[in-house]
Amino acid sequence: MIWRMGLLALLSYWRRHPGQAVTLVLGLALATALWTGVQAINAEARASYDRAADALEQTTRPSLVPSAGDRVALEDYVTLRRAGWQVSPVIEGNLSAGDTRYSLIGLEPLTAPAVPRGAGTGAEGLSAFFGPPGQLLAHPDTIAALAGDTDLPPRVASPDLAPGTLVGDIGVVAGMLGMGDALSSLTVLTGQPRDDAALAELTPDLHWQPPREGTDIGGLTRSFHLNLTAFGLLSFAVGLFIVHGAVGLAFEQRRGLFRTLRALGLTARVLALLLAAEMLLVAMLAAGVGIALGYVIAAALLPDVAATLRGLYGVPVAGAIALRPEWWLSGLAIALLGTGVATAQYVWQLARSRARATAIPRAWARASEGALRRQAVLAGAILLAAPLIGLLGSGLAAGFSLLGAFLLGAALALPPALAGLLALFERRAKTPLTEWLWADCRLQLPGLSLALMALLLAVAANIGVSTMVGSFRTTFTGWLDQRLAAELYLNLGEDARAAELRPLLDATAEAVLPISAVDADLAGAPGRLYGQPDHATFRDNWPLLAAGPEVWPRLSTGEGVLINEQLAYGADVAPGDTVTVDGTALPVLGIYSDYGNPRPQAIMGLEPFLTRLPDAPRHRFALRVPPETVPEVMAELQAAGIRPDQMTDQAALKQVSLQVFERTFAVTTALNILTLSVAALAILTSLLTLAALRLPQIAPVWAIGLTRARLGALELVRAGLLALFTVILALPVGLVLAWVLLAIVNVEAFGWRLPMHLFPADWAAICTLAVLAALVAAAWPARRIATRPPAELLRRFADER
Amino acid sequence: MLLVVEDVEKSWPGASGPVPVLRGVSLSLDAGETAALTGESGSGKSTLLTLIATLDRPDAGRILFGGTDITGLTDPEAAALRRNRIGLVFQQFNLIPSLSVAQNLSFHARLAGRHDPDWTDTLAERLGLSPHLTKYPEQLSGGQQQRVAIGRTLALRPDLVLADEPTGNLDEATGDAVLDLMLALTAETSAALLMVTHSTRLAARLGQRHHLHSGRLEA
Amino acid sequence: MNADRRRLLQMLACTLPVPALGQGFAGLGSDADGFAIPQPDPSFRFPADHGAHPEFRIEWWYVTAILDGADGRQYGIQWTLFRSALAPEDRAGWDSPQIWFAHAGLTTPERHFVGETLARGGIGQAGVRTDPFEAWIDDWSMVSRARPGADAFSALDLRANGPDFAYTLALDAEGPLVFQGQNGFSLKSATGQASYYYAQPFYRVTGQLDLPDGPIDVTGQAWLDREWSSQPLEANQTGWDWFSLHLDGGEKLMAFRLRDDGPGYAQANWITADGENSHIGDGAVTFTPLGWTDIDGRRVPTEWRLQIPARGLDIATQPLNPHAWMGTQLAYWEGPISFSGSHSGRGYLEMTGYD
Repeated sequence: MIWRMGLLALLSYWRRHPGQAVTLVLGLALATALWTGVQAINAEARASYDRAADALEQTTRPSLVPSAGDRVALEDYVTLRRAGWQVSPVIEGNLSAGDTRYSLIGLEPLTAPAVPRGAGTGAEGLSAFFGPPGQLLAHPDTIAALAGDTDLPPRVASPDLAPGTLVGDIGVVAGMLGMGDALSSLTVLTGQPRDDAALAELTPDLHWQPPREGTDIGGLTRSFHLNLTAFGLLSFAVGLFIVHGAVGLAFEQRRGLFRTLRALGLTARVLALLLAAEMLLVAMLAAGVGIALGYVIAAALLPDVAATLRGLYGVPVAGAIALRPEWWLSGLAIALLGTGVATAQYVWQLARSRARATAIPRAWARASEGALRRQAVLAGAILLAAPLIGLLGSGLAAGFSLLGAFLLGAALALPPALAGLLALFERRAKTPLTEWLWADCRLQLPGLSLALMALLLAVAANIGVSTMVGSFRTTFTGWLDQRLAAELYLNLGEDARAAELRPLLDATAEAVLPISAVDADLAGAPGRLYGQPDHATFRDNWPLLAAGPEVWPRLSTGEGVLINEQLAYGADVAPGDTVTVDGTALPVLGIYSDYGNPRPQAIMGLEPFLTRLPDAPRHRFALRVPPETVPEVMAELQAAGIRPDQMTDQAALKQVSLQVFERTFAVTTALNILTLSVAALAILTSLLTLAALRLPQIAPVWAIGLTRARLGALELVRAGLLALFTVILALPVGLVLAWVLLAIVNVEAFGWRLPMHLFPADWAAICTLAVLAALVAAAWPARRIATRPPAELLRRFADER
Repeated sequence: MLLVVEDVEKSWPGASGPVPVLRGVSLSLDAGETAALTGESGSGKSTLLTLIATLDRPDAGRILFGGTDITGLTDPEAAALRRNRIGLVFQQFNLIPSLSVAQNLSFHARLAGRHDPDWTDTLAERLGLSPHLTKYPEQLSGGQQQRVAIGRTLALRPDLVLADEPTGNLDEATGDAVLDLMLALTAETSAALLMVTHSTRLAARLGQRHHLHSGRLEA
Repeated sequence: MNADRRRLLQMLACTLPVPALGQGFAGLGSDADGFAIPQPDPSFRFPADHGAHPEFRIEWWYVTAILDGADGRQYGIQWTLFRSALAPEDRAGWDSPQIWFAHAGLTTPERHFVGETLARGGIGQAGVRTDPFEAWIDDWSMVSRARPGADAFSALDLRANGPDFAYTLALDAEGPLVFQGQNGFSLKSATGQASYYYAQPFYRVTGQLDLPDGPIDVTGQAWLDREWSSQPLEANQTGWDWFSLHLDGGEKLMAFRLRDDGPGYAQANWITADGENSHIGDGAVTFTPLGWTDIDGRRVPTEWRLQIPARGLDIATQPLNPHAWMGTQLAYWEGPISFSGSHSGRGYLEMTGYD
């Protein structure tokens, strides 16, 4: 009975104060939503990688690939099958439709290890798949994107395929790509043993390529993923703060009710249990709302994320969100965990100190001065320990631990730092009003510090991540400028065709630079070896991170190789050391940056390269032409029979890259605004919590001769000042965060280090936004003070609180 | 006349319509004059004080301060009046919790632009607060806090001091001591004093005595 | 996802003359899809008719052999190359509508090994060449080593393998080709569904089996069937039971019954030891199941009574291994049998439509 009555009393409070109930649920819900949203995007992206990797089971199987060139003769396939080899032919190519590129894969369904679901749907069965006209299997999103394209064979939905991939019968795809009898590779089926000697005898042009690492795609995209994970972690932290604030508010506002209930004979234990039950109820409700909101956030952002990943790394992500348990469960968990931690703390406080109920605010503040000192010491210790974690540990885990420690330390250091700053300003204040303003700021600090810590983390995260993305963009586009120095790139597919067209190329372009590449074993790992001609285009533009003396002359005479940053990190070599290329040790002449590629790479002078590998393909060229004549030249080449998909226009490629980054920024900006909103809500709930305490602090000043309007304005100023200081302190935290992401986590995760660029305009925008958010949050409490009826203020002079 | 209260009426909203608190109260006070306002709990004496202090407005009647009707003042005008000419001492000590004793003492005077450090020092000395200047209000005893409130008000050298049960929260000995100081210092600054008290013993020490009963003055 | 490949191949199976959605008799010369239709009184031309007939929907080269191992045990093998056409023509390259697939079986008293492979036509991975004769898919093959001037099927080398077995056999014919049904026109239903069907039942076999326990030399008898058609079974026909029997007296008997919702449709050919061939029409052969075997939930009649009163034949058959289930994409029972009664001998039994 007492339980029911107690619970009813607790709940009836919310019925009488619906505004407060909404704030509590909304606070919890928003924190859950942000976390859930980011988790949902991450989960969807991850599922898409897995799907892409599994879809054709190609990444998990070895394959036979040409030793030179990129074509496998059909006869080689037949020869191997007739010798009993279990292999299946594959054709791969690209298809441009509109401004989107799709990867087009041709399978032979009778021998393929797997065929995506949906193949041969309809009464015609296999005939329909074989064609003519055949069928293209694709993810429903891709089908939607291609709707209305009448030039393509009919599309059939397949849930097995990742977006952006089209799969058809090998004959259909060969026709679409103009491959004739040529194949791209042969997939080796389960049970086929590796026998290099037999292979060399049967098909000397092919070699065995071990299964591609299934993590390759993941490795490439983790860089972008990292942004989201960082956001996820920070939103988690911000979320915990806001949940704490919201629960605190719920307790603070009902102190009187608790006293009454206690006076009516409810034991502390029963009250604590009731409150726990009530908060569990609230947390479940808020979690539901938050997960729904998170779904909306994710659904709104995912198309951009998907576009970014597809454009940046060619990884297809579905544009729709599935209800995956991993993210909605984690949303539920954060709501319950956050509420639990906060409730436990308040319940404990409630059960423990009856005196607290009448505590005078200033005493609270003074008591917390000791706590502030302890917190400062703790923060200092954690901040000192952070680099130690980075030094002692290794790998991604250490990188993230370092980040976590650093952010925790920074957040803990905020209240002491702010207190110090405010004391400094108070001492310098000239008028009684400013003196009071600073002093009162300091008084409010303990109550606001959680919200301000949340704001610090939000702003730091925003600055850190936008710096990282910005640095990535600047570096990547700069690198594109360097690497794609020539105006036009050609891949003519066949050496004979290339030889035939060469005179035309020479006549058309200012310079024709042949490019040749083969797969090679680099320092024991599979990589790619390039032959590059000695030309000013490369000498002037190639992005060298480190170089020995006389790089270019020595490269052209075959005295050594240039290697990419990944290989340099992986093999731990520097210019002057040697690196093994297919078993031969060659001196490293220089190291170049190679973003977006996880594999080792090396460059040799073209002549020594071709001497060494006479059979290497010779059908790729870089053309130098006056930039303004590019369309003309392309038209000319097309007239000579070069297909558009064999030409890459550098300017167009850069355009695409830039668009991708714009989308990335759109996502980043949206998340920025969301985290700031959550932090602002934390400030709002904190201020509302404090509102009850504020009256006795403000009423005397009003009585002494300040209008309520003025007092309200000063409240706003105070919130703005606290936010401003927090934001200023967040700036260095954000920059260190960016540095750790770029220089430590990136290297651990991907093998390359991105130079850090600074974007003061972005900082200004984020800081302004954060202060504005704080002002908006403070506006309502301030207005309440400005319009408070005098009677309520007067009561402060007569009532005992 | 410094203060004239004419037929002031005031009611508070209640569950079944307005509850009259003051039903036509009139009194007057000259500069430097002291008056006591007595009455039972709920007789309306604190309400009358807040109306005079411009913290609230009467429903009817006039309050003239220095010959000007102050019942119709705007918020900023009322605030300026309180800031410059009226000192308030409440039962609850109404100190500013975030400021130190020294800052509290000078706060009102500095706000009014009439800060006289020597006078403030003198007051602190006289009120026995000199050893406590760097302390914060909650570190002081009740009597000490009330002395800070009195000091803060007198530091302004106001024309009128309004005091609401200034010793109500203090034990009798402390209360007497505080009252002695207040009366002495008020006299020194030639401020008028209107003090609400329920103690006829204290009321006897003031120049005029008014008794409120059911919202009306009884002589 | 592999399950889906299975489904895809089951669609392929739909084009075979096994129980499928009824596609009725659509015309005299060709069916609705343009496939040619077998006509009565055929005249075969060799070696051309040993090769593929792409204008027909389905065709097979089918060898069964009953073998005695040097270890004294009995064995049986099956080698079948199927051709299934999506269109009644052939084209080079990936455009070819011809699909090839093959089954290999090796039966011991205890075990039954199965191999299966598939290939596209048009690219050379599988096919049949007539001069010199070779039928192949991947590294399975049936190659003629006939003397010049002799029928290409008079001597063949046969090889196939599966994940855990292989065999290499030499087949030498000791009799002429035999034309089943009526001069090679084999009716499959009372309404006229038919195939072209001839056989070489007179092979002596020597060769080697490769089993997990090691190689085994074998000798025995083999039977080759050639059959092509475009017509699936009638809608009410559910499968067939087909026997090829080597009688101890040197006679050969081919008998099959197509099951339907009524008494079924039976046909047989009696071939004397010197190759004299008599057709036995529907109603003259009786099939009675005697024993059943439960194979993964399927009830398969693995013991039979076969009666041809006109020939005084009344025999009971016993399987070498009742579990000779061909668990291929298109699944059926096929294995060596022995029989006794009025006559005795060994042979092969194939039963479809039981899965």
